[in-house]
Amino acid sequence: MIDPFKFLADLLTIRLLGLDVTQSLGGALHFFIEDTAKIFFLLALIVFVIGLFRSMMSPERVRKLIGGKRRIVAYPAAVGLGAVTPFCSCSSIPLFIGFLEAGIPLGVTMSFLIASPMINEIAVIILASSIGLEFAVLYVVTGLTVGLIGGLLIDGMKLERYVEDYVWKIHMGEAALPEHPESWAERAAYAWGEVKSILKRLWLYVFIGIGIGAFLHGYVPQEFFTQYASADNPFAVPLAVLMGIPLYGSATSVIPVAEALLAKGVPVGTVLALMMSIAALSLPEVIMLKQVIKPQLIAIFVGILAVAFIFVGYGFNFIFS
Amino acid sequence: MKNIKVLGGCCGNCDTVMKMIETQAKNLGVEVALEKVTDMATILGLGVMSTPGVVIDGKVVHSGSVPAPSKIDAWLKG
Repeated sequence: MIDPFKFLADLLTIRLLGLDVTQSLGGALHFFIEDTAKIFFLLALIVFVIGLFRSMMSPERVRKLIGGKRRIVAYPAAVGLGAVTPFCSCSSIPLFIGFLEAGIPLGVTMSFLIASPMINEIAVIILASSIGLEFAVLYVVTGLTVGLIGGLLIDGMKLERYVEDYVWKIHMGEAALPEHPESWAERAAYAWGEVKSILKRLWLYVFIGIGIGAFLHGYVPQEFFTQYASADNPFAVPLAVLMGIPLYGSATSVIPVAEALLAKGVPVGTVLALMMSIAALSLPEVIMLKQVIKPQLIAIFVGILAVAFIFVGYGFNFIFS
Repeated sequence: MKNIKVLGGCCGNCDTVMKMIETQAKNLGVEVALEKVTDMATILGLGVMSTPGVVIDGKVVHSGSVPAPSKIDAWLKG
């Protein structure tokens, strides 16, 4: 099968500019063009298709679905729903409060918050198409597991006292479910609006991600990574996780970086740990959570995830070595 | 005179909605009292979890997205 994105990149770099893709500039440019075309095309397409069905997945509905369920049902449901509903990170706060208010346990709510930014259908499809199906499946399964375990740990530690007091006092009105777009024309208009708003929010991060990926691909020699980021270096994984914590990037924008790192021979576990850390933990996310939970719980939240990602890193490096 | 509230905290989408309603109300010559609500307790109290939301005369008419201009027209005329 001809890959149209690779074809386009070949055409522009090799035919039009006459560059050699085995050289630095040609390689970086080829990577940049192919990934830009592919990621933006897929991003727009997936957001549009999901937008058509989004009205069936409003947060109000998710809340109703999980509320009142027993933990054994609620945890998998929260993690699964977190994965298929890529809510804007701005909605984290109302979601958090709305969930707790519906009597959904804190642990379940946290599971949802962990899984939601890390896994979404956009990231999964782009991962599968640029790195491979196997890696995408690995990423999803690991992400779901981390979300589940993180939530269960927070549940087990009984940390409700670290939720800001005002949160417990909020009484949510009976969700006057807004009317959903009924006709397909309205749905398409809504979906198109989603594409515009998500692209507006993400394009810069995606470009930065592709830029870094292209730079790594073209200009950083393979030896650099074999020397510093091989599985033999025990510090590579924790360092990858620590680097990822302050960095803010959506799961989608990290993919080109992961793609370049894997191609340079950086071990799978290290790359997974870095990706998850960038997607799930970030400064803006922490600042947002600070509105509803106390610093102690934020520290525990970040700590649990950092440790979990380090385990993921070592674990997969061990399995695949 | 219509009492319109736009619900929402960040994202910038909420400001977009404010501007859309303001301009369209002016064009239609409808008098409105427009207000932005950012307090989470109030927003959730109205039963809205996804912003931006729109409340007209105390009734939630929209949530979760920037509404289509045609919808805003309908609210203002209705």
